[in-house]
Amino acid sequence: MKRKHKRLMFVLGGMAALGIAAGLVVSAFDENLVFFFSPTELAAKEIKPDQRIRIGGLVEAGSLTKETDGVTVRFSVTDNTKSLAVRYKGILPDLFREGQGVVAEGRMGTDGVFEASEVLAKHDENYMPREVADALKKSGEWKGEKHGDAPAGANSGAPAPTEGATQ
Amino acid sequence: MSAELGHYALILALVMAVVQTTLPMVGAARRDALWMGLATPAVIGQFVFVSMAFACLMHAYVVSDFSVMNVAANSHSDKPLLYKFTAVWGNHEGSMVLWVWILAVYGLAVAAFGGNLPPTLKARVLAIQGFIGAGFLLFSLGTSDPFIRLDPAPINGNDLNPLLQDPGLAFHPPLLYFGYVGMSMPFAFAIAALIEGRVDPAWARWVRPWTLLAWCTLTAGIVLGSWWAYYELGWGGFWFWDPVENASFMPWLMGTALLHSALVAEKRDALKSWTVLLAILAFSLSLLGTFLVRSGVLTSVHSFASDPARGAYILGFLVFVIGGSLALYAWRAPALKATGTFKPISREGALLLNNLLLVVGCATVFVGTLYPIVLDAIDGSKVSVGPPFFDKTFVPLMAPALLLTAMAPFMAWKRADLGGVLQRIWLAALALAGAIALIYATHGGPIGPAIGIGITAWLFVGAIVEFADRLRLFRVPLAESMKRLAGLPRSAIGTTLAHAGVAVLAAGCIAGSAWRTETIGVMKPGDQATLGDYTVTMATIGEEPGPNYSAVVAEMRLMKDGELIDVMYPSKRFYPVQGQQTTEAAIRTSFMSDFYISLGDPDEASGGHGVRLYHNPLVPWIWIGAVVMVLGGLLSLSDRRLRVGAPARARARRAERPAEAGAGSKAS
Repeated sequence: MKRKHKRLMFVLGGMAALGIAAGLVVSAFDENLVFFFSPTELAAKEIKPDQRIRIGGLVEAGSLTKETDGVTVRFSVTDNTKSLAVRYKGILPDLFREGQGVVAEGRMGTDGVFEASEVLAKHDENYMPREVADALKKSGEWKGEKHGDAPAGANSGAPAPTEGATQ
Repeated sequence: MSAELGHYALILALVMAVVQTTLPMVGAARRDALWMGLATPAVIGQFVFVSMAFACLMHAYVVSDFSVMNVAANSHSDKPLLYKFTAVWGNHEGSMVLWVWILAVYGLAVAAFGGNLPPTLKARVLAIQGFIGAGFLLFSLGTSDPFIRLDPAPINGNDLNPLLQDPGLAFHPPLLYFGYVGMSMPFAFAIAALIEGRVDPAWARWVRPWTLLAWCTLTAGIVLGSWWAYYELGWGGFWFWDPVENASFMPWLMGTALLHSALVAEKRDALKSWTVLLAILAFSLSLLGTFLVRSGVLTSVHSFASDPARGAYILGFLVFVIGGSLALYAWRAPALKATGTFKPISREGALLLNNLLLVVGCATVFVGTLYPIVLDAIDGSKVSVGPPFFDKTFVPLMAPALLLTAMAPFMAWKRADLGGVLQRIWLAALALAGAIALIYATHGGPIGPAIGIGITAWLFVGAIVEFADRLRLFRVPLAESMKRLAGLPRSAIGTTLAHAGVAVLAAGCIAGSAWRTETIGVMKPGDQATLGDYTVTMATIGEEPGPNYSAVVAEMRLMKDGELIDVMYPSKRFYPVQGQQTTEAAIRTSFMSDFYISLGDPDEASGGHGVRLYHNPLVPWIWIGAVVMVLGGLLSLSDRRLRVGAPARARARRAERPAEAGAGSKAS
């Protein structure tokens, strides 16, 4: 009897803990899943202005400009079909270049400019953020990766992405 | 020549691993001492050959033999010598060799110190380790051979990613791997116990120190990685809930749970099958972590599939090891009868509840890490799960866990009196309430971080009070307390240190995320920027050459209340070989906070440089707390009662000094 009770307790305790965790996960998923869109997908979608999303593609050559405050930058992200203007206040990551892949997280502004709060570019300059690669494949603009597919590095536990900081 | 030698050694190591897997296992089933005894020479052979392979690869790096593809892809003749060494494991192929080498070291440890193990258990443990080794060696040789030659050999190599050319990251992978692979020890013991159908306290006495060692190195490895990210990525954060970080954090959570349940299994002969399950899960997550990071599945499901051999092998090996061991568990675990019974409110009960919280917390991290990958694989939707998700799932689960951590050491085994426990930690409760009130009064804002800091204050004070209780501090003369301190088992001191370390680390994480302030601007020499009470003036900015890079270094004068408190030198390096930049942040650490400056790109229009300033309160506590945790673990590991092969001597010692025996049995 005793052993059975103990096991029951154990099982009930485990179920309760799992239940709480599942509840937390589901409610957090509701608000905190951030979807990724390419500029083409974004043009076809209605995005609520307060929804956090990620966008990505190539930084259009010659599109990078700085505003007069010296820290707000504007650039265009393109999947070679459509392009999207992005505004970001902050220091761009070390690997940010025109013509290279980029992912930005933030919200659509009311003026149609994407307000990025975070700009991500990865470790390796030859490496393409995976969402960008897939988006380019989808739009038929994929030209293949130059140096294999895995990002370089012994990032065996350290964070991989070199991201621009959150504002 | 050395590459071929290394390749050949790797093949011989595989042969040894196969011998180590099969013969002792069959021998144990047939009670054949000769076959079981073959395990030890096979282990030694495997160690020797893997070491040879590892040394050959290292030699190729040190002499910059660019006819070896792996060296050409990851090294450069101008690179400082230290990074020629560390580049060996700075890539997929080399890191697999390091993995196998560490596994061989652990195997050697079992063979060397396992004299007091029952022969069948020892043979089976070594056989299982041999199997894991064979699996990795086959993977290495079949899909990720580090010794492939290039013809013609390039004049020079591609260099190691400059971000990885850093002392912090140089030793992060080996430490992390010692942790990951260390989890193979409890795993091998768990599988052997399932085959044998019994888990006794002697088993747990073996499992616990090895889990503790793995836990210490894993803790050190994770924190070293986090520290590196903090100063090298240049954006002021220390933990980003990145999948790569989570991959190492999950085995840590499971390992922490295992550490505590093994304690119950050893001392109370209870929670046996739970301990075995945790051992299986901890190693499964280590494997998953290794492969998540190494396979490229995190960067793209497609890149994973684009090398079908590697992907299929990894998936197959994972399914076989994890699925096989769980199936074995389902089949055999009912045979593991526990004799110790306990009431829900007891130390066992508290440890079990904390175990559940850790495991469920680990499950939320698992879901948050793998959900995007699974969703991408199913329908190609791209989602990301960021820090807010973990703040809302993992963090609330850890709050009660930390509360319990302070209480469990006060509880008696078998049956505890909750009222009595609360009476004894009133001081901690006072700290909890006081910290919340104080922080809410000074910072206001959301109550969450204040509660968090309150809980860490509770845990810290609870750990100290429990320690003082053991010494009967202030209740007996000081000399008497000192005598008690000298007689206290090291594991008891270790527990206190580890728990206090967790409290300090958690406080640093909470404050560093909640009350971080930052500002950005463009600065020219002579310009000033302010952040809170601090004023920063750029004095000069100029170029400085490095061994394999060129750097732009700024001299920044940090002032507080009109007084110069530090001169800082943030810089930006450019590595021409890979055409890459890195940010070298300048950090001024005081005990209570970090002032952090990172240098951005030049701004052509104004002729200045982008500068980012951060004030990170309590972040130094993260590193202090981690060091204290690891010290606690190591101290506990040095306890002679845990020292393998010393139980007899320890018993004799305990009999000599009965006063300590009481304290000793309470030690956790």
